[in-house]
Amino acid sequence: MGRKLLLEHIDVPGIQTYDVYRNHGGYRSVEKALKTMSPQEVVEEVQKSALKGRGGAGFPTGMKWSFLAKPEGVPRYLVCNADESEPGTFKDRYLMEKIPHLLIEGMITSSYALGANTSHIYIRGEYMFVLDILEKAIAEAYANGWLGKNILGSGYDLDLYVSPGGGAYICGEETALLESLEGKRGNPRMKPPFPAVKGLFGCPTVVNNVESIAAVVPIINIGAEEYLKIGTEKSSGTKLISASGNLVRPGVYEIELGLSVEEFIYGDEWCRGIANGKKIKACIPGGSSVPILPHNLITKTATGETRYMSYESLSDGGFASGSMLGSGGFIVFDEDQCIVRNTWNFARFYAHESCGQCSPCREGTGWMEKVLYRLEHGQGNMRDIDLLEQINKKIEGNTICPLGDAAAWPVAAAIRHFREEFEWHVTNPQEALTRNYGLKKVAETL
Amino acid sequence: MVKVTIDDVVIEVEPGTTILNAARQAGGDIVPPAMCYYSKLEGSGGKCRTCLVEVAAGSEKDPRPMPKLVASCSTPVMDGMIVKNKTSERVHENRGAVTEFLLINHPLDCPVCDQAGECKLQDLAFEHGSSKTRYEEPRRTHEPIDIGNTIKLNQDRCILCYRCVYVGNQLCDSRVHGVMHRGEHAEISTYIENSIDNDFSGNMIDVCPVGALTDKTFRFKSRVWFLKPMNASCECTKCGGNAVVWMFGNQIYRVTARKDEYGEVQTIDGKTAWICNECRYDKKEVSKWNIEGPMKVDKHSVISQGHYDKPNPLNDSTKNLK
Ligand SMILES: Cc1cc2nc3c(=O)[nH]c(=O)nc-3n(C[C@H](O)[C@H](O)[C@H](O)COP(=O)(O)O)c2cc1C
Ligand code: SF4
Ligand code: SF4
Ligand code: FES
Repeated sequence: MGRKLLLEHIDVPGIQTYDVYRNHGGYRSVEKALKTMSPQEVVEEVQKSALKGRGGAGFPTGMKWSFLAKPEGVPRYLVCNADESEPGTFKDRYLMEKIPHLLIEGMITSSYALGANTSHIYIRGEYMFVLDILEKAIAEAYANGWLGKNILGSGYDLDLYVSPGGGAYICGEETALLESLEGKRGNPRMKPPFPAVKGLFGCPTVVNNVESIAAVVPIINIGAEEYLKIGTEKSSGTKLISASGNLVRPGVYEIELGLSVEEFIYGDEWCRGIANGKKIKACIPGGSSVPILPHNLITKTATGETRYMSYESLSDGGFASGSMLGSGGFIVFDEDQCIVRNTWNFARFYAHESCGQCSPCREGTGWMEKVLYRLEHGQGNMRDIDLLEQINKKIEGNTICPLGDAAAWPVAAAIRHFREEFEWHVTNPQEALTRNYGLKKVAETL
Repeated sequence: MVKVTIDDVVIEVEPGTTILNAARQAGGDIVPPAMCYYSKLEGSGGKCRTCLVEVAAGSEKDPRPMPKLVASCSTPVMDGMIVKNKTSERVHENRGAVTEFLLINHPLDCPVCDQAGECKLQDLAFEHGSSKTRYEEPRRTHEPIDIGNTIKLNQDRCILCYRCVYVGNQLCDSRVHGVMHRGEHAEISTYIENSIDNDFSGNMIDVCPVGALTDKTFRFKSRVWFLKPMNASCECTKCGGNAVVWMFGNQIYRVTARKDEYGEVQTIDGKTAWICNECRYDKKEVSKWNIEGPMKVDKHSVISQGHYDKPNPLNDSTKNLK
């Protein structure tokens, strides 16, 4: 049994409501922080815990907090990124829907640490029903004195707001999110300056993912030392994984980082293997933006070592034979799935979601989508495959925000590992329309 | 002052200067092309990616190279930074790629475009473009629309540099135009098509690097290289009245702001010499202007084709240059 820190009480009836949540140890971290710790001590505790950002980039949360500028007389903000729009990722929604007070508790403790007196949760527009749940929970927190003026008599004030986005993936990029929160078009900003210096309304701001903020609660409750014992040396704590695709039991799981991939896919406690007795063909372990792994590189690395669910093990082998933990969107493909079709589907997503500000991403994503559409629909040439590789090399690294890279990597990885399947679509256009390539020839281990 | 090396030129500039502006201070061919940055428009830059350069050494203190190419228009210099522009193979290659991206959906309708001859995209394509296209997909198309009664928008030619949006934001009293939609469907749009009605809106035409925004009072009247640009001034209380009148014989065909070598509106007496719509559209009589003399034209520009002496296209044009 893995240890649960976030979802421990998820099945308790009524845990959505304040009373039940409080009876199960809720808001203890706020008490502990406000009554016994200085803001700086909370920051240091989070730094010690080695918590890495759960939104995708994996940037150490404590370090991000320590970078926050603190000029005199200027407000500071904490903004929670609940825009969760990466295909394959649905853990934040689960957490907010099932146990909303955990996020609110995390927001209070974290805001206290950062010295923010106004904090925001920016939630994607499609999660309107979750917004209602959060607002209800916030009202309960106000009513019980956890929000508002002079919380717990400590002299600390905090107001918390939830704002919905308009339904754009790009508004999950932290600076686009801030633009959107300010009421503007959600175009990413040029960096520097970083939000820690100039963020919301030009003031120092920290943007963190829902899960990162929720994880602050157990870190303060059990202490960094205890938290460090969970997980691996380089990946501390637990992580929510959104498992989807051809699995017997897809869903949201809280794992201790360092669980083996094999155990996660086939273990009884977890996904229980591939649905309908099929074989696994490929896996995307961290959401649509990370490289896809062919079946021979999923449970083992290129050097034959066991692959684990951790930041370091999933990226073992770099882009040549590894991937990334990303946001924990774990997508599994069985032998009947078409890699070309899936690559086109992702390309279509990124082309649709590019904000269109910078030319390589605006034009490049649209171009790749069209070429992939032709390949998938039996109208491709061999030179299209090379063209795709060339286009994505020219997008990667040349854009304002990482969406350009996120669009380029899946295409590059799919061609790297499944080139023969792409070629088969060109040489057998009619057949490719009626059946899938299957499992026969997956690229050799590099 | 901080010292920065760009290609082989060493310059000292104020701290906080961007690489592009440092290069402009030195001048010459080390200056990267800039399609979206416009020094007079706050917040511009970073979008087109034509100004990408390689940073071979970050600074004196931290001489590591930067892994990615950076947008020179929005990256500040550091003391001891070493930048490679025209001497970098990577820059060359990626600038070519950016040029390709900008052109894949471009209609390539230079023969009927008013901007031809003074188009930044034409210059860029000439220098960094390829003579063949690899783009086999259908190109984006839009119907040209009027934005206001004096500006025509050809969205097909737009490179989404956002300069006109900043003009709307920063020069006009209320912005009624901006960018709609996302990704490759993004387009310049007005809230109500003809609501651009503002004393300074015409400057959008001057900042547009391509033929997406053109002056309806001049459209299809003449190719720019048949006209003589003359610096002219008038007593205008709104804008100061420092402009260029584009003449054929004794007739004024169009009026624009005065621009510098980078195509930006000049600074005159410490102020950016934007011109008002009255000067731009309503003063087409020579009597309304005090004509000061010919505008300086870069010798490589088609507009310089021997206007000021013998206009004989059969002669080698370079021989005509003084
Ligand atoms: C295109 C794009 C979309 C993103 N979407 C999200 C998102 O939906 N949720 C999220 O938490 N982070 C998202 N991120 C990452 C954020 O920019 C940012 O790194 C993150 O919110 C930081 O929080 P963390 O450090 O707690 O992970 C996205 C990044 C990019 C480039
Ligand atoms: S990379 Fe794409 S999404 Fe990001 S700023 Fe550029 S155009 Fe917008
Ligand atoms: S219309 Fe012209 S100025 Fe406006 S964004 Fe397009 S290219 Fe730039
Ligand atoms: S001029 Fe620098 S990105 Fe456009």
